[in-house]
Amino acid sequence: MNSKNKNYVIKINEMHKWFGSFHVLKNINLEVGQGERIVICGPSGSGKSTLIRCINRLEVHQEGHISVNGIELSGDLKNLEAIRSDVGMVFQSFNLFPHLSVLENCTLAPIWVRKMPKKDAEELAMEYLERVKIPEQAKKFPGQLSGGQQQRVAIARALCMKPKIMLFDEPTSALDPEMIKEVLDTMIELAETGMTMLVVTHEMGFAKKVADRVIFMDEGEIIEQNTPKLFFTKPTNDRTKLFLSQILNH
Amino acid sequence: MAFDKNNYAPGTHPDLPPPPGTVGVVGWLKNNLFSSLSNSILTLLSMYLLYLLIEGGLSWFVVDAVVNANDKPGCRKIADGACWAVIVKRFDQFIYGFYPLAERWRIDVSFFLLFVAAAPLLYPDIKFRKYMLVFSCLYPFIAFILIKGGLFNLLMIETNLFGGAMLTVIIGVTSIACSLPLGILLALGRQSRLKLVKVISVCFIEFMRGVPLITLLFVASTMLNYFLPPGTNFNLLIRVIIMMTFFSAAYIAEVIRGGIQAIPKGQYEAADAIGLTYWQTTRFITLPQALKISIPGIVNTFIGLYKDTTLVVIIGLLDPLGIGRAALADTKWNGLSTETYLFVAVIFFISCFAMSRYSLWLEKKLSTDHN
Repeated sequence: MNSKNKNYVIKINEMHKWFGSFHVLKNINLEVGQGERIVICGPSGSGKSTLIRCINRLEVHQEGHISVNGIELSGDLKNLEAIRSDVGMVFQSFNLFPHLSVLENCTLAPIWVRKMPKKDAEELAMEYLERVKIPEQAKKFPGQLSGGQQQRVAIARALCMKPKIMLFDEPTSALDPEMIKEVLDTMIELAETGMTMLVVTHEMGFAKKVADRVIFMDEGEIIEQNTPKLFFTKPTNDRTKLFLSQILNH
Repeated sequence: MAFDKNNYAPGTHPDLPPPPGTVGVVGWLKNNLFSSLSNSILTLLSMYLLYLLIEGGLSWFVVDAVVNANDKPGCRKIADGACWAVIVKRFDQFIYGFYPLAERWRIDVSFFLLFVAAAPLLYPDIKFRKYMLVFSCLYPFIAFILIKGGLFNLLMIETNLFGGAMLTVIIGVTSIACSLPLGILLALGRQSRLKLVKVISVCFIEFMRGVPLITLLFVASTMLNYFLPPGTNFNLLIRVIIMMTFFSAAYIAEVIRGGIQAIPKGQYEAADAIGLTYWQTTRFITLPQALKISIPGIVNTFIGLYKDTTLVVIIGLLDPLGIGRAALADTKWNGLSTETYLFVAVIFFISCFAMSRYSLWLEKKLSTDHN
């Protein structure tokens, strides 16, 4: 493997992770190209969330290598800060800051991490809040918004850092069916701008529509990966077939 | 029936007013005082008891009370109620202790400035907050010079002349103001990943919490001299304030640690994910939320501390309680303990009640849920 290949923004090489003595990620090899949109699916407990959380080091891998934008993930704090400010993340439970207004949620990191003047940061935040279609909620607090609105704020907050990569950790799993669509629409629009995205989700419709590649994980391993078309029509692995039959036939 | 509220077509049901007698004054009385026969009886009974209490109390407190007399027998000659004369005659002492008469304006000015200095800290929405905060930072020095003197032609006043409510406010406010930041640092220290910081914090907190405050005050007043080089004269009042600060900081630290632990893990993950450093996360995410959760506990500790300042009597400082006891020891006022202690209670109640109300107001203001 050629680590100098500029087209790859994420390179994961023979990566292993354990939670205590539980081997949660086994020999992960993954390369993500600039602008590539990847959907990761699999049964719960298969390690898919842990995998993307390793990419911005919310979880620390124990063996192997991960590099993001050519920077190797290690204990080095400087590298870590550089990577985290370039990688945006959206969580299942939104994780907005409840004591800050929507606008403050969005401007906090640009002001303090990017050292942007407050006024510019607010303009930037309003721009992204408009893109996720909730500029009128800017002065409200997260607790006053619906789940779907909160998740869109979370997306705007991540985008305000102008990340090169966006990670989504089951962004619609905590939402009512009515709200899933508004969040997915936001993500589809984002995908159309050419953002590099890694999405852990069970929304197969989203995968079919947007993904360049679908990855199936089970018991800590990447079992199968393919373009959505081939992945859904011609899965090769038995476990993939079983999984697909379970989630598509109901 | 001309009007039936169950007879609308589906989807056209308007919002109707609630049934009469469930809202407004009548509704409130019905719900809260007369909701059942037994509750009505209890309400009437309590009202009667309240009447007896107020009627009896009023005559002792006000109607038969004496304000102007020179000693207890003088009081009794006039009326049988409370002899407030003991308070009136010694009022200045209750407030200023033995601070020289001619210099007492300095205490008044410091006390007034205390409110100016505290305002921007207590009310974040105040006008000109930035400029006022500068004054708040200067205030400790201004107050020190004003009260203690020795500079700018101000007469130097020995701290053993301090006493009364002024002493309570000095000890209470200084300890409160110092113990909050120290408590925050200890709480963070206890959660720290740095082993040494953690061990020091835990030891400090556990030691301070494990020892009675009186013991600490005795240490401050007597034993500390053994540890200091001979000849150092370390002001007793400062020693007491340091001990009080340490003591309440340990409690504050534990209260705040509770608040920190109540913050969901996702908050830290989100802060990490947007690239905030440890100190930025602490400043913008952890502390604002942890302190908000801990307000009741923090104020509880502060009220406790404020009242604990009465313990300084034991090491010879005369706070209002000490002044009261001195008054009672005076043969002229012998036996007027009810009046004296009631007055001391009122002095403390005013401060503590104010703190309690402020904390409720702050909790409400910081609430960001549905409203």
